[in-house]
Amino acid sequence: MSEETQVAEETQVTAETGGRAPSRRSLLGWGGAGLALGAAAAGGAVAAVRTGDQAVPAADSGAAIPFHGTHQAGIASAVQDRLHFAAFDVKTKDRAELVQLLKDWTRAAERMAAGHAVGEGAFGGLEEAPPDDTGEALGLKPSRLTLTIGFGPSLFAKGRFGLEGKRPGALLELPAFPGDNLDPARSGGDLCVQACADDPQVAVHAIRNLARIGFGKVAVRWSQLGFGKTSSTTPEAQTPRNMMGFKDGTRNIAGTDNAALDRHVWVASKDGAGWLAGGSYLVARRIRMNIETWDRTPLKEQEDIFGRDKGEGAPVGKAKERDEPFLKAMLPTAHVRLAHPDTNDGAKLLRRGYSFTDGTDGLGRLDAGLFFLAYQRDVRTGFIPVQNSLARADVLNEYIQHVGSALFAVPPGVRDKDDWWGRALFS
Amino acid sequence: MRAVRLSVVTAAATAAALTAVTGCAEKSDAKGSAGAVQVTAKDDACEVSKKEFPAGHVQLDIENKGSKVTEVYILFPDDRIVSERENIGPGTKQKLTAEVKAGDYEIACKPGMKGDGIRQKVTVTGAGKAAKRSPEMDAAVAAYRKYVQTQADETLPKAQVFADAVKAGDIEAAKKAYADSRIGWERTEPVAESFGDIDPKVDLREDGVEKGQKWTGWHTLEKALWQDKKLGAEEKALADTLIKDLTVWQKKVGTAEISPTSVANGAKELLDEVATGKVTGEEERYSHTDLVDFKANVEGAQMSHELLKPVASKNDPKLVAELDKQFAALNTLLDKYRKDTSSYEFTSYDKVGKAERKELSDAVNALAEPLSKLAAAVTK
Repeated sequence: MSEETQVAEETQVTAETGGRAPSRRSLLGWGGAGLALGAAAAGGAVAAVRTGDQAVPAADSGAAIPFHGTHQAGIASAVQDRLHFAAFDVKTKDRAELVQLLKDWTRAAERMAAGHAVGEGAFGGLEEAPPDDTGEALGLKPSRLTLTIGFGPSLFAKGRFGLEGKRPGALLELPAFPGDNLDPARSGGDLCVQACADDPQVAVHAIRNLARIGFGKVAVRWSQLGFGKTSSTTPEAQTPRNMMGFKDGTRNIAGTDNAALDRHVWVASKDGAGWLAGGSYLVARRIRMNIETWDRTPLKEQEDIFGRDKGEGAPVGKAKERDEPFLKAMLPTAHVRLAHPDTNDGAKLLRRGYSFTDGTDGLGRLDAGLFFLAYQRDVRTGFIPVQNSLARADVLNEYIQHVGSALFAVPPGVRDKDDWWGRALFS
Repeated sequence: MRAVRLSVVTAAATAAALTAVTGCAEKSDAKGSAGAVQVTAKDDACEVSKKEFPAGHVQLDIENKGSKVTEVYILFPDDRIVSERENIGPGTKQKLTAEVKAGDYEIACKPGMKGDGIRQKVTVTGAGKAAKRSPEMDAAVAAYRKYVQTQADETLPKAQVFADAVKAGDIEAAKKAYADSRIGWERTEPVAESFGDIDPKVDLREDGVEKGQKWTGWHTLEKALWQDKKLGAEEKALADTLIKDLTVWQKKVGTAEISPTSVANGAKELLDEVATGKVTGEEERYSHTDLVDFKANVEGAQMSHELLKPVASKNDPKLVAELDKQFAALNTLLDKYRKDTSSYEFTSYDKVGKAERKELSDAVNALAEPLSKLAAAVTK
């Protein structure tokens, strides 16, 4: 599937057609009056993001996003421009050692999110020894770095860390979907860390330093770089486009929509696993696109496949991107129609996926696609039914293939300086 | 081997030469100086005219009264070389001068230019003492120096077996002797690399050859044996060249500047060798004997760790415990690839699958990361 439209097509987006604020870009084109409006929009609507209990202005200023909060940053936070996502295997068998690593990681993550170097820094220490911090982020702004940890199903396996009793029902092995071509070397993992930042060097620095701290305790299983977010949590901003050139995430869950977040994203204590309350579930899928054949597809066919037009992003038969889609006007196999909540019992995901391009594949084809990341309260009512519906019938499947897959339970936020990633799970 | 680079050992040597002591072979103003120390070298004795002299400009007037070519060294207590004079023929005289700071030293004569030599303790008096190291550090460095020399001494006969098989045109025997002949070298490679000219001669891979450079050493013969499957006149000549170059290494290796931090960082460099060359299968791309080199690199690193333990465990016991654990884990993993632990017959690396290579790589990272902190632990 390609998410682009998937969450996108939410059910109760009604008021969008009429009174919606113009995008920042169009405002800038309006000259003086527009600039004034633009400023107001930037100060107000553009993204007061809930990362914890406080509202944080998420301007693109290179600012820091608070690390502490009720929920982990990097889920509802305004989506940054760049991603480095890493999945780890836990190598140690010693529970205490794993706990210590999670504490060490938390302290390092706090520092990096604030724009500081890890440990004693990147220089000035002993000349004969390597510095604590690798140094490539020195002088760069915090760039809204968020670090978000998740725990994979394999961590809860019997006989590993005594966590089998704490494994939530929704943390299952994802079923095999028709058309999947999953590479085990790009799938799974005991732990994951999602690093998002507006500067790619800041995101890569964060993963690199966490990996370094983890050597001996954990090993990187696979990782993915991403650019050009393919959906945003800030509906006021221009909707981003995916590698197929279509707008992606028109109706994603807004980071400010607390009611929708509580209903569709955050796990509640009554959902079962108490340690996960305030957390979420993350599905990560590496979706390769057959870029060359897609680019040779006629425009009409491309638009029919998605069920939206390419320029405006309007659903079939409608004029504006945010117009309510009329599903029956679309092909029964159109991507948007199959992904729509109405087709999937109201299932909705918060997506914060990224485009990826890992060069070419040896046959000269662009190794590109979508690194799909979706947060939800329960995959059994979230990703699984939606993907089943897409994998079965979506005409887009001719142009895409899922090649990597992983599921993680994402614990609640780190509350303060004494708290650490996973405390509720391991205590 | 890797592309030529300034290893830590070399850097340390340079720094030490600049700061500690300046040695020079002969100086015109030193001739017949009244303060000169007379050294009489014999086949079974090393007589010095005085065992205590003032710091500063020191001159040794050496006479070889023995029947063998000899050499004379001024040494720190940990065997680091202050200054040396080589190739002193029977019946000849030579002078050796050096700027020496106050402290304890040894003068060594090496009849036949072999072994530890015949030692005399001497004391240099006065102000401006050379920086003193702890006895544990000196012991570690001296033991490591001995280790390095032993590895070289033991390698040569093994390399000779290999070379002889090549020269006899016996491909099977040469293949059998190949990996074994490299173990001593691989255990001590960072020290060997500090002599910039030897490493490229004996351990260069084909892709490291520069334009106009003749490719020599183990890997040329590896290619001839496993890929070209021929041993012609050229290969036989290369076998002789290998022995000649390794003999230079054996002779020089004891003179390397070695310090506690260079031993520690040398250990880390050995793991770097594993991480970049062996885990990838690049080092032994024809013979696929990478795991033998791998094991030898780890053994060399472990020796450094063991020798530095008395110092490191005082400063950072947690690090030492972690290193013990990770060395054991890596060795256990390597043991999966050989029939018994006394054998250096390892699984051919082309039979080691992708997932297994990843597992080996993870174990190397798990060891190399804390190992990179060992230098700090001995410096604290």
